[in-house]
Amino acid sequence: MDFIQPTSWADALAVKAERPAAVPVAGGTDLMVELNFDARRPDALLDLTKIGELAQWDISDGRVRLGAGVSYTRIITELGGTLPGLAMAARTVGSPQIRNRGTVGGNLGTASPAGDAHPPLLAARSDIEVASVRGTRLIGVEEFFTGVKRNAMEPDELIAAVHIPLPSGPEQFSKIGTRNAMVIAVAAFSLALHPEQRAVGTGIGSAAPTPRPAPAAEQFLAAALTDAGLWESRAELPPAIAAQFGEMVRAAAAPIDDVRGSAAYRLHALAVMARRTLAWAWQQYRGSAAHGDGG
Amino acid sequence: MRVTATINGELMHADDVWEGESLLYILRERLGLPGSKNACEQGECGSCTVYLDGVAVCACLVAAGQAQGREVVTVEGLASGGELHPVQEAFMRAGAVQCGFCTPGLIVATHDLLRRVPHPTDLEIREALAGNLCRCTGYEKIIAAVRLAASGRTGNAE
Ligand SMILES: Cc1cc2nc3c(=O)[nH]c(=O)nc-3n(C[C@H](O)[C@H](O)[C@H](O)COP(=O)(O)OP(=O)(O)OC[C@H]3O[C@@H](n4cnc5c(N)ncnc54)[C@H](O)[C@@H]3O)c2cc1C
Ligand code: FES
Ligand code: FES
Repeated sequence: MDFIQPTSWADALAVKAERPAAVPVAGGTDLMVELNFDARRPDALLDLTKIGELAQWDISDGRVRLGAGVSYTRIITELGGTLPGLAMAARTVGSPQIRNRGTVGGNLGTASPAGDAHPPLLAARSDIEVASVRGTRLIGVEEFFTGVKRNAMEPDELIAAVHIPLPSGPEQFSKIGTRNAMVIAVAAFSLALHPEQRAVGTGIGSAAPTPRPAPAAEQFLAAALTDAGLWESRAELPPAIAAQFGEMVRAAAAPIDDVRGSAAYRLHALAVMARRTLAWAWQQYRGSAAHGDGG
Repeated sequence: MRVTATINGELMHADDVWEGESLLYILRERLGLPGSKNACEQGECGSCTVYLDGVAVCACLVAAGQAQGREVVTVEGLASGGELHPVQEAFMRAGAVQCGFCTPGLIVATHDLLRRVPHPTDLEIREALAGNLCRCTGYEKIIAAVRLAASGRTGNAE
């Protein structure tokens, strides 16, 4: 096995072009488990942790460009207020040691249906920036996941960053597991209200072959809020709307029975999480008017 | 390959390292630092917790080559001279050590917590140690040890 350690992004892309089978390693929290247990024997490891720019983020044109190598801990401490949905999800990942090391780039690389970063990225309508020596392209996060642990990257590509629009309204995240720490989600749900666009974003985790949004539920809720003038009035949310939203989120899922939970439980949990996250987000939306910050 | 890193303040080299090896493996098997324990090799138990450039991580999930040129501090690096670190002292006094297998990882995790949050609440202690498993103590004495270390009443310096 070779261990290749580029110190610049250009060098990393050149290596990946020359040796598409080289396996990138960032925090190692997925990959090293596979190596330790002999589940994988790549012929080269491509270490990304010496590339400074991968571990940076910045804000421009109303979007956060989050480098693929920024750890969950840094997302929580540096971007907790800017990207509340992603930060909430990040707080539920593993343990402090895992959050100190694990990255969103690695979560996307693994593309597990249970990856906790995915629901908030879906709800926020993010784009994944992937690059190769051939150039850079943006892939909508929804199109990024192509199957169980499969993504839309070509063999010579690497994930450079995630582009996340700055939220114009509240975001919420909910995850069900058997305890508070160190759990793979039995099911997870993310909600974002986008008052500026009069739109709603959703993301479902661990309840389909890939992370996925619930577009019909999004459209229903956005229209219901518009029809009742609720975006402007910020009046109390009629329970029937919340209940219907929960049912439509449930209908968007396609879970399986596995050791972590049954399909029926996951469906039930999703409807409950959708309703609850909506109640929390709506409460925030109503409260933010009182404080006059518009969001 | 050869891996060179500053470990507990000393520049060390590990030779004949297999590229897929972990930092934990080179610490224990090549550098004579068996303090960090190997219990799961999958990030679940925290008994291999070390600092990598000042950040607490599971050494079993760091590829050996990723430590190249970095600074590593293991549990062996916390005591100074013949003096135990107050966190170590507190674990002994509070009876937080039974078989001791989890202890090195918990000491490093506690050290990391107290340097960020000198007076943690019980909830903060539980959150900070959520990545460290102990099969013996039932955790109560461990939490008592953290409280004791935070109180500064362990009797020794620092
Ligand atoms: C104990 C434990 C608990 C965990 N708990 C959770 C949890 O609660 N929620 C959760 O979602 N995950 C969890 N995980 C899984 C893991 O921590 C996450 O998936 C994490 O985001 C992986 O990031 P990483 O940087 O460590 O990835 P790595 O292991 O370095 O890489 C993962 C994959 O992505 C590829 N990759 C990495 N970076 C790039 C890049 N820039 N471009 C292209 N490909 C890339 C790698 O080749 C590899 O295939 C847990 C893991 C452990 C060991
Ligand atoms: S041996 Fe590293 S976490 Fe268990
Ligand atoms: S004292 Fe034995 S595992 Fe903790």
